[in-house]
Amino acid sequence: MNEQTSPESRNSKRDFLKYVLGGGLLAWFASVAYPIVEYLKPPQQGEVEVSSVKVGPLNAIEKDSGTIIRFGNKPVILIRTAAGELRAFSATCTHLDCTVQYRKDMGVIWCACHNGRYDLNGRNVAGPPPRPLDEFRVVVQGADVFLSKNI
Amino acid sequence: MSTLWKKTYDWIDERVHLGDLVEFMGKKYVPVHRGSVWYYFGGVSLFLFIIQVLTGILLLLYYKGSEGLAFESIQFIMSKVAFGWLVRSIHSWSANLFILAAVVHMFSVFFEKSYRSPREITWLTGMLMLFLGLGFGFSGYLLPWNELAFFATKVGTDIAGVVPIVGKPIMVFLRGGEDVTGATLTRFYGFHVAVLPGIFTVLLGIHLLLVQRQGMSEPLDVEKAGAAERKTMPFFPNFLLRDLLFWLLILNLLAILAVFFPWELGKKADAFASAPAGIQPEWYFLFMFETLKLFPAKVWFLDGEVLGVMLFGVAAILWLLVPFWDRKSARGEKNRAINYVGLAAVLYIIIFSILGWFM
Repeated sequence: MNEQTSPESRNSKRDFLKYVLGGGLLAWFASVAYPIVEYLKPPQQGEVEVSSVKVGPLNAIEKDSGTIIRFGNKPVILIRTAAGELRAFSATCTHLDCTVQYRKDMGVIWCACHNGRYDLNGRNVAGPPPRPLDEFRVVVQGADVFLSKNI
Repeated sequence: MSTLWKKTYDWIDERVHLGDLVEFMGKKYVPVHRGSVWYYFGGVSLFLFIIQVLTGILLLLYYKGSEGLAFESIQFIMSKVAFGWLVRSIHSWSANLFILAAVVHMFSVFFEKSYRSPREITWLTGMLMLFLGLGFGFSGYLLPWNELAFFATKVGTDIAGVVPIVGKPIMVFLRGGEDVTGATLTRFYGFHVAVLPGIFTVLLGIHLLLVQRQGMSEPLDVEKAGAAERKTMPFFPNFLLRDLLFWLLILNLLAILAVFFPWELGKKADAFASAPAGIQPEWYFLFMFETLKLFPAKVWFLDGEVLGVMLFGVAAILWLLVPFWDRKSARGEKNRAINYVGLAAVLYIIIFSILGWFM
């Protein structure tokens, strides 16, 4: 080190070192944090895209009843009204993600978690649900019932 | 025997100077006044936390944290392992009593304004531990992988997802994916037995260290009274023995609860079943649950649940930061407004918990 260096140049050298070391420390921190944050994100898993599922024979579905059908990895509620009409909706409550059920006594689709109610067209009619349930298409082919996405 | 004890003591004393510590503890006094009884609830919370750690370690020896095995492994603990039913019931009951004791402790500190300067950090660490305690309760609730826990976790994590912008990534992080699945169970298991205990232990260390360093807080009027009127009691052995007696009573209470009201296991979770009628969260979440139930679907342009969740979030932050906005208590003046705020909160929690329980 040159003993003749002026205080200003010594200060600027010090500043330079401060930035280099500080920057290095930041970069080191980021290079440690980045893989950890990325690791914590669950990987996207290839979901099997389901476009329709076979429910079973029509005569096995009672009138005035509701059943939960597995549609890919989502639950769908299939309702057969007292008049024998078939309707299907996403069974996931639009409020906070619970699975709904058909209430014969009230004639509505009901969510037990926060007392949300939908009519048999899937419209949110009482309680906290903010949106109607998504509708699915029900097709009867021969004796069997099929569900498919309503596109 | 006594010479062996003396020799051991001397051997350690020679190396780490126990004398200083003994002198410090000998000078430790606990203030005696009309509110002294509330001092015990911190100790009780600590005792229940220790029980949680011990019974939790015992449960770890048999519990299997995966979708296909969790429920069955707890069935195994409860039916095949000697005293397994007892260990699990104590863990569940003690968890509930811990929350209760910590809530009583927190409210007593709140009403006495013991959070005021210079004890802000003690309050902050305490509040964070209470939040972590709720996290322990929430994550532990899922581990048996039963029907109630499955839907409670769906709702609870969906609530996190409701928060604008940051909510969705937090929900995916908590669930280990878009939905509550076996991946969620594995994550919650990790949170419950490693992440939360680790953070909690650090906070507990700071909290206890500060209590030793600053001594017990006294109510404002007691603090202002002359030295002649202030009464104290030595910590060793007077207060400690009372503490231990209280702990013993709690241990008895726990044993009675665990034996006569063993914790139920319920039905195994099924992702393709409807939420059962009468579903409820643990009692300490009931008031929030009931509020969300009563909130209308839409308030102005916001979804009801978004508004509800945001209001609770803001309330929790304000509560956490009370030492910083209650300037009057910090100056040593009486602040009645805090009493009214606290009273309103207590009444709200009690009324909505009762409504939630019966509706």
